[in-house]
Amino acid sequence: MAGHAAVMEAPTGFIRKYIFSIDHKVIGIQYLLLALFAVFLGMVLSAFMRLRLAWPEEKWPLLQQIFPQGFAGGPMTPEFYLAMMTMHGTIMVFFVLTTAPLSGFGNYFLPIQVGARDMAFPILNMLSFWITFVAMAVMVMALFATGGAPIAGWTSYAPLSALGQVAGPGLGAGQTLWIVSIAIFCVASLLTSLNFLTTTLNLRARGMSLLRMPLTVWAWFTTAMLALLAFPVLLAGGILLLLDRVGGTSFFIPGGLVVSDQLIPHQGGSPLLWQHLFWFFGHPEVYIAILPGMGVTSHILSTFARKPVFAYKAMVGAIFAIGFISYIVWGHHMFMSGMSPFSSMAFSITTLAVGVPSAIKTFNWLATLWGGQIRFTSSMLYALGFVSLFVSGGVTGMLLAQPAVDVALHDTYFVVAHFHIIMGVAAIFGIFAGLHFWFPKMFGRMMDERLGKIHFWITIAGVYAIFMPMHYLGVAGALRRYAQLTEFDFLRPMQPLHQFITVAAFVTIAAQLIFVFNFFYSMFKGKRAGANPWEATTLEWIIPSPPPHDNFGPIEPVVNHGPYEYSVPGAAKDHIMQTAPAEEARR
Amino acid sequence: MPLALAFFFWAMALITVALFIARVWWLPELASAHGGAIDDQLVLTLVLAGIVFFLAQAALGYFIWRFRARGSERASYWHENPKMEVTWTVATAILFIGLGIQGNRVWAKYILTQAPPDAVTVEVTGQQFAWNMRYAGADGKFGRTDPKLINDANANFLGLDEADPAAHDDVLTQNLMAIPVNRPIGVILRAKDVTHSFYVPQLRVKQDAVPGMGIRVTFTATKTGEFEIACAELCGMQHYKMRGRLLVMSDADYEKWLKDRAAAQ
Repeated sequence: MAGHAAVMEAPTGFIRKYIFSIDHKVIGIQYLLLALFAVFLGMVLSAFMRLRLAWPEEKWPLLQQIFPQGFAGGPMTPEFYLAMMTMHGTIMVFFVLTTAPLSGFGNYFLPIQVGARDMAFPILNMLSFWITFVAMAVMVMALFATGGAPIAGWTSYAPLSALGQVAGPGLGAGQTLWIVSIAIFCVASLLTSLNFLTTTLNLRARGMSLLRMPLTVWAWFTTAMLALLAFPVLLAGGILLLLDRVGGTSFFIPGGLVVSDQLIPHQGGSPLLWQHLFWFFGHPEVYIAILPGMGVTSHILSTFARKPVFAYKAMVGAIFAIGFISYIVWGHHMFMSGMSPFSSMAFSITTLAVGVPSAIKTFNWLATLWGGQIRFTSSMLYALGFVSLFVSGGVTGMLLAQPAVDVALHDTYFVVAHFHIIMGVAAIFGIFAGLHFWFPKMFGRMMDERLGKIHFWITIAGVYAIFMPMHYLGVAGALRRYAQLTEFDFLRPMQPLHQFITVAAFVTIAAQLIFVFNFFYSMFKGKRAGANPWEATTLEWIIPSPPPHDNFGPIEPVVNHGPYEYSVPGAAKDHIMQTAPAEEARR
Repeated sequence: MPLALAFFFWAMALITVALFIARVWWLPELASAHGGAIDDQLVLTLVLAGIVFFLAQAALGYFIWRFRARGSERASYWHENPKMEVTWTVATAILFIGLGIQGNRVWAKYILTQAPPDAVTVEVTGQQFAWNMRYAGADGKFGRTDPKLINDANANFLGLDEADPAAHDDVLTQNLMAIPVNRPIGVILRAKDVTHSFYVPQLRVKQDAVPGMGIRVTFTATKTGEFEIACAELCGMQHYKMRGRLLVMSDADYEKWLKDRAAAQ
């Protein structure tokens, strides 16, 4: 470590300090701000979706003036709806759920929590962020593309996504830009994961053995492994899809297709190949979104229950088991796709098997609370919300994992409810928990607790009001990706429920302004934070808030304790810092 | 705060479960032979998932209230119990894998059943945004088709080759499918442009129609009446109104319908 001191001089110019920074902390905040922009964009798009689903025929004169094409004739057009849907899913999955928990918090806190002064490859780290930024810019361009934004959904199933404008609006330039953006994003995520893995393995401080790492680090480390192996597959798939569109190849387009009365001059491709490639990435991807949230939740539950995490080793094992099994379950997205029915049986069993480590984590979280002295900070509220949401979204996996049950539920709102609760909202609650927890460290000021709690209450009630009713819609057969559900007799009676969901969504979306206000207000006007406002034990809390450029300054951190030594019997205080002298351990 | 949060989780779990039990919104009325087993498996899993869900939310709420911080008391340093850990790991493994095996049996029975020789065969071809149905006619053979001959303007949606004698008696309809009740039906699913999905909620039938593939589905309708065929896979702008009508009728009515159709062509 000592050799680092010479190169760790803090930059002074504005550009090197805040724009093209190689400081992992600045890069982490850059990622978080990018995700904040993306989440608001994605949320506004979902508001448009909900508007049309609740009142499909209603005319909106004001919106018509802003979007003359999207509201041609008064009501929102179906292609505008599908564009909103596609971009909502894409932006949320890639630029929020991958960017914030992994690249944002991971960048900022992984090096500090293992006792490093920066990432292993700081320049690569800077590149990762700016490549992600370019990907985001291209994705926003797709939103405004000539011929409309893409309408093929975030999964962009071929051949719909491969055929070009002939298959529908938005499938020309918009779809091409979508693919290019995703490919760029894959490169950035790949670089990020290399950095995370190397940093964790090589830059740990003295005494920071693997089994003394906080569970957040284990989660980021495992997530980085998933990203390392998943994104290249999507990158390859994306390149093949792009070639089908612009290079005349036929990877995903079979022969003899006739679209809008035009014979398509391709032959020999397989639509299912795209689905396999996409979901080989896509299923690990949902764990990329949720694993960091699991790590953060374990970390925060322990801190505010003032107890060690229950069964630390089982938690590490469960993270690894989930990560590994997540690679052999992708076929459960394809039960109705025409894939071999025998494959479905195998994928069904592996999918149910992933429930076992997930259940272990839930049991351990509950056991962590047992016998605790719970402090109800807003960060803790979000972490408890995460546990509740993880259970609610997880149990429905038991149904969707079975091909026989999927006959009724596949492509219905039941699936929408399931994945929104578990990988969308639970992951977002993980982000909120982490943000309220680490904000004092990042900005040297406290967030307002009262605003945080108001925001928590409206949000938890709101998300349950939005997504719980979707289960009922799904059981009754309501199909997802429909621009309106009034064209079928069996769907029409559910319209009041759709209106209820829309109202709940609008209230919940509006409440997010409380969070934005709290975030920016506290950044400049919040109460000053000390080094360790939560009386927590891990390495980020032994250094000033915000930390200096080289994190530890003159200190060489030496780790003597596990990460969650709370309420140790006989100890002087109710928490023992990881760097406390060894004799403070157990007397 | 702790009590309010505990109450919130309890109330949320209670309302969610109650609305399922009351079946305010529920599965469409069943109208197929194999669908009963699917419904049973769905209900069994839903009940088990509901119990797990309710107990977990109840415990979470209770722990939140029971273990709220009280003054300067210290928390307990309890952080492992191998016996408990092994117990719940084994219990969930048995529950989940057992459920998977049972589910696979239901699935195998449905999906591996092949249409018997006397089954009524219907070819269904999805296109943006309509369903094309074809019956082989008196000769029991489907006529040759060629994508080059497809001409929507002339209503040759499938590219049927009139030069093939087997094509002459093929019966074609669009967005209209008639089948006899209580007789096995074999559907061959195709798509001529992008992927669609053939979905009849009451029959518990859902299967993607994939370009370049001919996917077979077998079922037996058990109720007469009119049902809706919906597309369940995003296929483009008007996906939401890709609607077909399915008429399930008595054997005699079906034979008459088919004959009338053939004569009208």
